[in-house]
Amino acid sequence: MTPDVALIVPLPVLLPLLGATVTVVGSRSPALQRVVGIVTLTSVAVLAGVLLVVADRRGPVVAQLGGWAPPVGIALVADRLSALLLLVSTLVTLAVLVYAIDQRIADYGRGTASTTFHPMYLMLSAGVSLAYLTGDLFTLFVAFELMLTASYVLITRRTSASKIRAGMTYVTVSLLSSLLFLTAIALVYAATGTVNLADLAGRIALLPAGLETVLGLMLLVVFGIKAAMVPLHLWLPDSYPNAPGPVAALFAGLLTKVGFYAMLRTQTLLFHRDEPWNLLLVLAVATMLVGALGALAQNDLNRLLSFLLVSHIGFMLFGLAVFNAAGVSGAALYAAHHITVLATLFLISGLITRRTGTVALDQMGGLLRTAPALAVLYAIAALTLAGVPPTAGFVAKLALLQSGVAVGPWPTIVAGVVVVASLLTLYALARVWVRVFWGEAVAPLLDDDPDDEVVVGTANTPAAMYAATGGLVAVSLAIAVFAGPLSAVTGRAGVDLLEREPYLVAVLGAQS
Amino acid sequence: MITVNATMALTIAVLFATGFYLLLQRSLMRVLIGVVVLGHGTNLLLQLAGGPPAAPPILGTVPAEAIGDPLPQALALTAVVITFALTTFLLALGYRAFVLVGHDEVQDDIEDRRIGTQSLPTASLADPDDEVDEAADDDVESQAGR
Amino acid sequence: MTAGQRDEQVPFDEWDVPRQGWWLSGECRDSYSRTLLLEIATRTLFPTMLVFSLYLLLVGHYSPGGGFSGGLVAGLAFVLRYMAGGAVGLGAVVTLRSPVLLGSGLMIAVLTGLAPLLVGAPALSSAYLSVELPLVGTVSSQTSLLLDVGVYLLIVGAVLDLLRSLGGGIERDMQDAGERP
Repeated sequence: MTPDVALIVPLPVLLPLLGATVTVVGSRSPALQRVVGIVTLTSVAVLAGVLLVVADRRGPVVAQLGGWAPPVGIALVADRLSALLLLVSTLVTLAVLVYAIDQRIADYGRGTASTTFHPMYLMLSAGVSLAYLTGDLFTLFVAFELMLTASYVLITRRTSASKIRAGMTYVTVSLLSSLLFLTAIALVYAATGTVNLADLAGRIALLPAGLETVLGLMLLVVFGIKAAMVPLHLWLPDSYPNAPGPVAALFAGLLTKVGFYAMLRTQTLLFHRDEPWNLLLVLAVATMLVGALGALAQNDLNRLLSFLLVSHIGFMLFGLAVFNAAGVSGAALYAAHHITVLATLFLISGLITRRTGTVALDQMGGLLRTAPALAVLYAIAALTLAGVPPTAGFVAKLALLQSGVAVGPWPTIVAGVVVVASLLTLYALARVWVRVFWGEAVAPLLDDDPDDEVVVGTANTPAAMYAATGGLVAVSLAIAVFAGPLSAVTGRAGVDLLEREPYLVAVLGAQS
Repeated sequence: MITVNATMALTIAVLFATGFYLLLQRSLMRVLIGVVVLGHGTNLLLQLAGGPPAAPPILGTVPAEAIGDPLPQALALTAVVITFALTTFLLALGYRAFVLVGHDEVQDDIEDRRIGTQSLPTASLADPDDEVDEAADDDVESQAGR
Repeated sequence: MTAGQRDEQVPFDEWDVPRQGWWLSGECRDSYSRTLLLEIATRTLFPTMLVFSLYLLLVGHYSPGGGFSGGLVAGLAFVLRYMAGGAVGLGAVVTLRSPVLLGSGLMIAVLTGLAPLLVGAPALSSAYLSVELPLVGTVSSQTSLLLDVGVYLLIVGAVLDLLRSLGGGIERDMQDAGERP
């Protein structure tokens, strides 16, 4: 008898939680913390891979927590979309952990930043997994809180006087979005009497149209804040650049995409529509342009990347806004690509800053000669983000463009904006290339804040930090190489999301 | 569908208004109180989502039909725990800010201000006057140092 | 031994030093910030509250109570102790580092959630256990009690950590800065 595969669905949540407890109890031993962190995340990555294969072959895998059947009990659901994003996110989390550990060993010989780093890192990973897997609106809230609380600690830990402001902004805005989320849940429950997503799908359709719109918009605002959708993006370019390198990479890779995933899941499952959503099209255009134009004005490398991050959230919003299977699957593929490439770019920015001692673009130069490996990594990652053929970014963007052109005049115009935003992205990234890698070599600046998390202005960079970054670049390249099978999977995921039937049947059983 | 009694609706409105007002303040202490007040408002709303007051959901004490909906209470309890954790975190953060910078006020983003002043029409391309930039920088620094 | 004899054995300035370690030591603060009434009340209340918190923990499955409320009551007992005796009074009872307490609580809870997977049941399932004991009679419980025990330890650990960092830590900082706590 083969064991039921549904049993392993809760593991990507429970294993990191268990790992977090082990690292808390064993907080006196950095070696133990390192091993537990890496082993846990590796096993979660393997499990996510298994779930992806099973979900793709047999449809959504559902685990009922405690044996309570939905809609009464809480269900964890791994379908194609959630399993794919879980796999990519875990790979990124693992690479960033390796990077962070090696940076620490090189700088202080301690191998761990403090007793809180590893537990919080694994907590964040558990929260991300739960957010992807949950089939319940309130559990989604809990997952967000788990993830965000860990991120509050990571962004404000050992912070210096000059950076605590950024942490305060981040915490306040995130708290506001959480409380709005809770308010939205209360209203949803008052209107329908359930918080199970599959059950809600049927019941929300029975509500008056006005009420349905209000609930849909409230959830859009909540996840819009978390996904940094313009005009709710203001907190992001303010706070991320002030986080330590690896932490910024983790946040940039995961947190906004989890917000977008929640938006994708709720809007497709609960608020089904048959034609493009014009409001979201407008917001997508604003997000793409504000982000790309904002990036052009920046002199701080991390801020520039943060604005590009916002800009490319707009691409995914566009995929959701056209609301057809091609658009949604394009958005899913773009999310997988975006998680990888943004984390890579922030890690590379960390490596650049480590070498030059500054994030100011006008105070560095000539890295092409002094650090050629870094130049190669940056070039690949930048071309991927800009979406130049034949990189992963191009594959994902092409899927989005095709979906938009097919449905009508407005989406076609917005598809044109996608191309413009891509060109602006390429321009911003080329500007970085010219400033940082070309020109005269500039002597590294001294570390202006020697007491903080990271050492900068040193040529001593451990090979493992390069290896972790290179690993992520390899994942990006793999997305391009395996674009065929991957877009087939996301294509089926897109059809599933809009049909809703497989998800509903898997969660509620055939009678629904 | 549930209708809410007016007193409760008004209470929630006042809690939300107060909470949002406090959340917009600069002092982190006020933000903290704002979060707590807003959290109370949200939890009250969650409670109301469960319907009119009824008997506590404990088996065997009252007949099943007199029992209130237990789910919103469980949700509210979870939310209370989370608000509790975040309150303590904000307290620690406020204290940390107080130790590091002497007060707990959220300040402006200096880099943002710098970029904002760069684009002023006075700093034209034709006449790259350094004094304008420096004056702008001084302005930013005096803002930041207050 | 009469009361008079015992008073003679104890030096005058130590008349209020308790004989059990877990009572308030009484040697915590400067005399002017000490509230004797609260200290004495705490000596009685502290063990009572701890026992009550255990009661809440055990009856939690079918009656009001449970790991969270039990843990909070126990945590409040420690808060009371901290208010009466300061950080010194706290250290006399709890020698375990609070992160360890917190971590092991969460670990017990997570392991309880994971354990059903070993027998092929969905995660977080619980089973009903019933034992026939001589004299006592039937003792029954749910395996989810273990989860509650984990939560209980977690909450106590969190409250102790709070008192350590935000309570004792700030007191220490203020003393370092030359201010009276």
